[in-house]
Amino acid sequence: MTLSPGFRGRHRSQAAGLPPGQYLTTDFPVLSAGPTPRISRERWEFTIRTEHQVEHRWSWSQLQQLPVQTPTVDLHCVTKWSKLATSWRGVSLDDLFAGVDTAAEFAMVHSFGGYTTNLPVADLLDGKAWIVHTYEGADLHPEHGGPARLLVPHLYLWKSAKWVRGIELMVQNRPGFWEGVGYHDYGDPWREQRYQGD
Amino acid sequence: MAGTAISGRLTGRLVWQRATLLAVTEETAGARSLAFEVPGWPGHLGGQHVDLRLTADDGYTAQRSYSMSAPAGGDLVTITVQRVDDGEVSPYLVDQLRIGDAVELRGPVGGWFVWRPTDPAPVLLVGGGSGVVPLMAMIRARRAAGSRVPFRLIYSVRTPADVLFARELRQPPIADGGLDTAWVYTREAPAGAAGLPHRITLSDLTAHGWPADLEPMCFVCGPTGFVEAVATALVDLGHPADRVKTERFGPSGS
Repeated sequence: MTLSPGFRGRHRSQAAGLPPGQYLTTDFPVLSAGPTPRISRERWEFTIRTEHQVEHRWSWSQLQQLPVQTPTVDLHCVTKWSKLATSWRGVSLDDLFAGVDTAAEFAMVHSFGGYTTNLPVADLLDGKAWIVHTYEGADLHPEHGGPARLLVPHLYLWKSAKWVRGIELMVQNRPGFWEGVGYHDYGDPWREQRYQGD
Repeated sequence: MAGTAISGRLTGRLVWQRATLLAVTEETAGARSLAFEVPGWPGHLGGQHVDLRLTADDGYTAQRSYSMSAPAGGDLVTITVQRVDDGEVSPYLVDQLRIGDAVELRGPVGGWFVWRPTDPAPVLLVGGGSGVVPLMAMIRARRAAGSRVPFRLIYSVRTPADVLFARELRQPPIADGGLDTAWVYTREAPAGAAGLPHRITLSDLTAHGWPADLEPMCFVCGPTGFVEAVATALVDLGHPADRVKTERFGPSGS
């Protein structure tokens, strides 16, 4: 162990309940790789495409017909900040997948603006993931992924793709945007899977 | 492998490495550059960052990410840290860490917000505040590579006293020929500066950036509001979104 002489640390109690290497923030930092896409609700649509090229499509108003859920979850960003008890409104991926016939094990999430991220289909189901459009009672701001983003809070936040527009179901796994430049394929914050090889 | 720039796609496991503080450069009243010696450092590209870990004597650890401000040079890793007054890690790095002290580093990290000397496209760098740090690494990488790729830097900063790398940017070495720097002061401009202090505008980007039809690569780094405003303006000026790479780099939470 390399000790840093004189370093005390200030947030010991706050760090107690956090994944390893994380610190608490009350801010909501914005991280994105490029300009923020501006997508109107009229233009917005969401598609799930199966490994058999069958497409399931929802417009904004069709999304609003699905049961509303209000998850309150902790967020963990790979850049080290964590934000606790954030509240959202949206639709469970379970409801979106209800009529989808697939045996694919992997998903590539696609966003307006070209961003992608991959994850196992199992991590999208069983109450673990949502398409959310409301944050702390207000419409989700474009900077944070509005009109709608994916929310998969048990993985590092880069998996919760902003400006989400669809999910491609894949028989073979393939890396998404950050996964292709050195970040971990799965990204479990509790196992500190930040980078390839972690 | 010392000094070898990696391709950007990282392979293998990034391990924590002991890093000994070798040299300090005071940049401003609240920021300094720290040069660490990291034996066996694999090299990095301009724009990449590094994870830094501090360990207290009771075993408590704190980690943060910092952009490197200089390109790879042997076993030397240089970061530039701006003190955040209520921060946990940055005050220690800016005020307490002494030559010969050690921290741990893990990296390099990030293969997107990087400039490769082999890319012939003109480059526009737009930095807000301490967001200039990874851009400086690109400028220095260009110099180190003897590159003649035209660079333009637009540096938005509160006051003249807040300018990082002031001497190097104001009186650039001859090898920085082809780098043009424009300044935007948001609170207080130096005596004799043209124009009043202002936040960066579309016309700053038009006057000091590249026309979109030259297909430059644009790197934008700074606080969220700055990055959002500049990236949106660049897209409005016709730059394709995939030629505008952004990175948030602000005081929050450091």
